[in-house]
Amino acid sequence: MRYDPANPEWPERDRLVLSKGHSAPALYAVAALSGMFAVQQLKGFRKLGHSLQGHPHVGATPWVETSTGSLGQGFSAALGMALGLRHQGNLARVFVLLGDGELQEGELWEAMLCGAHFNLGKLCAILDYNKLQSDDYLAKVLAVEPLADKIRSFGWHLQEIDGHDPSAIQTALETADRCDTPSFIIAHTLKGKGVGFMEGRPEWHGSVKLSDADLSQALTDLGASPSEIDGYLNGHWSN
Amino acid sequence: MATGQTSTPEQIGSSGDTLREAFGRALVRLAKDGRDFVVFDADVAGGTGVHRFRAAHPDRFYQFGIAEQNMVAAAGGFAATGIPVFATTFAVFMLRALEQARLSVAYAKRDVKLVASHPGLDVGPDGGSAQCLEDLAAFRAIPGMVVVAPADPYETELATAAILEYQGPVYMRTGRSPSRRLFEPGHRFELGRGQILREGPDVSLIACGVEVARALDAADILATEGIGARVVNMPTIKPLDRELIVECAEKTGCFVTAEDHNIHGGLGAAVAECLAELAPSPVEFIGVRDSFGESGEPEELAEKYRLTAPHIVQAAKAAIVRKVLRK
Ligand SMILES: Cc1ncc(C[n+]2csc(CCOP(=O)(O)OP(=O)(O)O)c2C)c(N)n1
Ligand SMILES: [Mg+2]
Repeated sequence: MRYDPANPEWPERDRLVLSKGHSAPALYAVAALSGMFAVQQLKGFRKLGHSLQGHPHVGATPWVETSTGSLGQGFSAALGMALGLRHQGNLARVFVLLGDGELQEGELWEAMLCGAHFNLGKLCAILDYNKLQSDDYLAKVLAVEPLADKIRSFGWHLQEIDGHDPSAIQTALETADRCDTPSFIIAHTLKGKGVGFMEGRPEWHGSVKLSDADLSQALTDLGASPSEIDGYLNGHWSN
Repeated sequence: MATGQTSTPEQIGSSGDTLREAFGRALVRLAKDGRDFVVFDADVAGGTGVHRFRAAHPDRFYQFGIAEQNMVAAAGGFAATGIPVFATTFAVFMLRALEQARLSVAYAKRDVKLVASHPGLDVGPDGGSAQCLEDLAAFRAIPGMVVVAPADPYETELATAAILEYQGPVYMRTGRSPSRRLFEPGHRFELGRGQILREGPDVSLIACGVEVARALDAADILATEGIGARVVNMPTIKPLDRELIVECAEKTGCFVTAEDHNIHGGLGAAVAECLAELAPSPVEFIGVRDSFGESGEPEELAEKYRLTAPHIVQAAKAAIVRKVLRK
């Protein structure tokens, strides 16, 4: 992505819309580490009087491209951005991150039709295909397969990758940039990846009920320690 | 880019003129004045009046098909790139994108104008499914959303310019059926301000949209009976002109509100909220009493659902009686 942390309003910046707005913690962590704001601010996440809202909100954190949290809408908003940028001859790219459960929203398929109809070549959707949603497995709640065929039939360029492989992600994003049609990347993922007791378990969606023992186990799994994390958040961390 | 100068409407529509066609004319005129904006449609351009804009500026018109939720959220995204968007459809179908209007437009503070034609019983023969009697209530409840309902084609042209001038989310309802001409060149429209169209000491009739003409007729009838009614056109339902309403309470002491909308949540409710807080006074409500509409000609429906001048007259008398009994 082309962006300048010192100038989040730079008109030529690439945009990222987190359509699966409930993943705000991941967005905030990445943004903090990318220099969009001080890492210590992460401590105010979801707290009264702090800017980092429970779901991304442009009114509270202007570097967030738009407010999300109602599944399906971020995709349309990203599409509108891509259309608005093209209208003005701006060549910036627009990336939108979708959840697989989110595919069950009708609005999402309105946007799929629309993106192909307007042939928004700068629009790139990335699907976090973890096969889980809030209540249960997608296949049990409301199946979306066969998915690749659906995406292709809607006229989008399709790639399927391992969503945990950074070089595969990099290559896919470059490939997407070279195609004239809107682009859709199915990123196969494992929800809770890296934390053994969470991996692939629907009950951990949206759950923050971690015992101290669970927390330390999770951090160990991830190769970190509580004191290290505290260090980051208290600003002792430098890189 | 804006030239800074907005021209006044050149033509006053003929007698068959509608608010929706006036809206379409206003868009063309504003573009001619150099205003930068685009128009989105959901397959009803012929009905909302924006077909005129499409013909004049095809490069600034985007057809979204019958997909209102996507259209409204995309309008929020488009506006984020710096150009205001008029997103248009019929009022009932705008309701379908209520949550998109809430999150992607209002919460994100986007410069999007949601303009809906076909509100109220004024829709006529298409019947209950098409007659939107809930839009003012629904959009008024969204924080930061300005809500506008002009009364005639001329005022619609002025209101269209005013909502574009204003930076932020707006919902405006126009109208389907031929409208009586109420205003002449020289009429002013200011967002958030009502206008006294006629003076009278006994009761205030506060109306918006098609009901303004009926309120004026009611005032004529009341005058023949020696009752003086002040008639107020209230084209901005939110933010409401509270100052004027309080002044009406001081001058006339009682009210009738009139709107082509459910009595719950619209203009009447807004006026009553204001009065309850600042100047408690008797209020009678003219509007559809919590029901859906049905097929029929707009005038027949207005009669059946008690929106016409004689019903406003009755309500005015009831309000005056309540005022006198209070003393
Ligand atoms: C329109 C809407 N309905 C319901 C919710 C509540 N909700 C939040 S997350 C979620 C499950 C999302 O599943 P998925 O899209 O697969 O996301 P992921 O698995 O990546 O967390 C639900 C139902 C919501 N945010 N938006
Ligand atoms: Mg999922």
